[in-house]
Amino acid sequence: MQDGVSIDIRDYSLWYGKFQALLGVSAQIKRGIITSLIGPSGCGKTTLLRSFNRINERYGNVTTQGHITILGKNILDSDVSVAALRKRVGMVFQRPNPLPISIYENVVFGMKSHLPQAERPRAVLDQAVESALREVSLWDALKDGLDRRATELTLEQQQKLCIARLLPLKPDIILMDEPCSALDASGIERIEELITELKRTFTIVMVTHNMAQARRASDECIFMLMGEIIEHTPTLDMFMNPQNSKTAAYIEGRYG
Amino acid sequence: MSSANPFIPSSYELNKEKRARRAKWSTLTVTVALLIPVALILTLIALKAWPALSWDYLTGDVSRSGAAGGIWGPLMGTFYLTLLCLAIVAPIGILAGVYIHEYAPDNAFTRAIMIAVTSLAGVPSIVHALFGLGAFVATLGMPKGLLTAAMTLSVMTLPVIITSTREALSSVPKNFREACWNLGASRWQTIRTIVLPNSFGGILTGVILVIARAAGETAPIMFMGAVMWLRIAPAGPERLMPYGLNDEFMALSNHLNLISKDIPGMPEQMKFGSALVLLTLILFINGLASLVRLRLRRRKRW
Repeated sequence: MQDGVSIDIRDYSLWYGKFQALLGVSAQIKRGIITSLIGPSGCGKTTLLRSFNRINERYGNVTTQGHITILGKNILDSDVSVAALRKRVGMVFQRPNPLPISIYENVVFGMKSHLPQAERPRAVLDQAVESALREVSLWDALKDGLDRRATELTLEQQQKLCIARLLPLKPDIILMDEPCSALDASGIERIEELITELKRTFTIVMVTHNMAQARRASDECIFMLMGEIIEHTPTLDMFMNPQNSKTAAYIEGRYG
Repeated sequence: MSSANPFIPSSYELNKEKRARRAKWSTLTVTVALLIPVALILTLIALKAWPALSWDYLTGDVSRSGAAGGIWGPLMGTFYLTLLCLAIVAPIGILAGVYIHEYAPDNAFTRAIMIAVTSLAGVPSIVHALFGLGAFVATLGMPKGLLTAAMTLSVMTLPVIITSTREALSSVPKNFREACWNLGASRWQTIRTIVLPNSFGGILTGVILVIARAAGETAPIMFMGAVMWLRIAPAGPERLMPYGLNDEFMALSNHLNLISKDIPGMPEQMKFGSALVLLTLILFINGLASLVRLRLRRRKRW
């Protein structure tokens, strides 16, 4: 695997029952940048995103073929523990989904499921909560009410918290499935700022319906259509000089 | 490219998987254990009832206080009692459930109604029996008999129907209602064409529970005209409809109660025989309704 590649996808196909949602796609997603998956509804972008930490499998009737290599290992192999995989590859969902427990407990939830009690004394947890919340710039607003229920926060704060709770596990990759679609304009702006901050440390893959957001917030774009990858180029190239006529038509908003 | 696996579970995570498996097995064990008493009860009753069972037992008259003959009279009594109870309680309960869920504003009055319904559900059946006696017989001057017994059972089972109707209605997604209103449908039109047909399965669950309770209860009917023995016409239409609305009647639950405790020297197979018939009747109705519900649910696509 080349250096600088974070996710290496080779001839990857996925079926929901008999319906083939991904038709042998290949791509290399680079480390330390933001890659957007764009394309019309039903093109398979969310399915591809969800494959990167195998969260699709819960639905039972999913079958796959091909390779997705992360950290030098095909994550579809049978000796991969999905719990260990999801520790390294975290996910942020479309609607903020903080757990209905305290803010503090939300942030340490991942540590509690991955580390034995002896390795997470109170001081370690406290420290992890503070640095995670600082990183998403929630610390100053929330530090005096860490035992409040997380579901009482505003949607923007909830979504930031959902990002923050991945951080104590030190993931390599953060997947985001339309992370801003439930937020208002100012919330979107601050989440995008946060994502840009985070790419120094993490590889970020984001699904978005919002062309303007893909253009503003990402470094590379992957355009998908009917379960195939049509084009994968730096964002600016894709918007200024699309290679494929279907890409051009989509970006111009002629279908969508 | 290294061949080492970066996604090996830590020993803590392996431990956790072990605990997860244990949790799965213990929930499974408890669920299976639940079946054991059911299976034991059914087998025991079926074995002990076996010598008594025959077509003649089902269709024969009760004789020698239940020590001989069959159970035709009580069987018919339970059938008509349950049917009558359903005919009274289903329309009232479903309409009340529709009002409470679809129309009633959230105010003190509605909450008072709901508290009343919940309290009604908690009243012991013997108290319902006394209520029926006081209200229908003593105050309204109605005769003890099939109708007043069914009315008493209806009061008792009303909360079941109301509650299950409400739950069934609330399982119909709100956006169907909005779509209807948006196309100019009135509230009633929406309820009649979309909401009710799609909550039929849930409402049916309530009806099943009512059947099971109405057929099984003894206390409310034993003050209300259920008797030990009546002469049943040997043939003709009166064999199939032995009781008038105001007549006293026999019923399986009451029959079982009396022959089990009041008649000395009762052969065991006669007691277990009527227990088995009552049980089978209820299980059969439940099974039938579950089948209907399953078919309806398969049609749903949301």
